[in-house]
Amino acid sequence: MSYSEKIKEVIDGSDVAIFMKGTPAFVMCGNSGRALEALRRAGASVTAVDVLPDPAIRQELSAISGWPTIPQVFVKGELVGGADIVEELEASGELEQTLRERLGDDYAGAREESTVALS
Amino acid sequence: MGSQGHEHPSPHQASGYHRPVSTQPLRQLLESAFPDATELDVIDRTGGGDHFQVVVTSPSLVGLSLVEQHRRVYEALSAPLADGTIHELRIKTKGAT
Repeated sequence: MSYSEKIKEVIDGSDVAIFMKGTPAFVMCGNSGRALEALRRAGASVTAVDVLPDPAIRQELSAISGWPTIPQVFVKGELVGGADIVEELEASGELEQTLRERLGDDYAGAREESTVALS
Repeated sequence: MGSQGHEHPSPHQASGYHRPVSTQPLRQLLESAFPDATELDVIDRTGGGDHFQVVVTSPSLVGLSLVEQHRRVYEALSAPLADGTIHELRIKTKGAT
C-alpha cells in the first residue's frame, strides 16, 4: 500500500488524527507539541503519525490536504488546521465544541493515544 | 537575536554578512494578496530569517473559516514556503475590518 493510501486510511478512519514531527511520546518539534497539548487539554483521543521517517510522507500528506506545514490535525476526516488554529480554537472553546459535535458528548470518556507507523 | 560580536553594529556594519534577513519580501507578497488589509505584519521570530509570524486582518477574510483564512496566507506565500525560505510559519488572521 502506498503512503497516500495509508494516509487517507488514517485520516478517514480516525476520530482525531495528528500528523506530526515525532510521536506523542517523543515530540520532535515545538509546533507539533503545541497542537498535541491542545488536543490533550480538550480531552481528545488521538491517532498520531510521525512524518519524519520519510520525506515522502509529508509530501504526499500535503498533496492530499493542500496544507503545506506540519502538524496537521483532522477530526473525522476533515482538516481542522495546524498548531495556530488548534490553539486558537481551544482558547475560544470551539475545539471542544467541534469534538463534541462530530464525536459525541462522551468523546473524552476514555482518552487514548496511539501511533501509526507508515513506513 | 545574536549580536554576532557587534554589540552596536553601525548601519554600515549591518549590511552584508551580518545583515538580518529582511521581512520585506514576505510583506510585499502579503500586501499584493491582501491589498485591503487593515493590519499586516511580518515578524522574524528568531532573527534567523526563516521563522516567521505573520498577522493579517482583512475584510476579504470575513466569513471564511480559520482553515480557509490560513490557506489564503499559504497561497500568498507559496513560493517562499516551497523554496525553503520559510522554515516555520505562525499565522494569526482575522476577518475584521
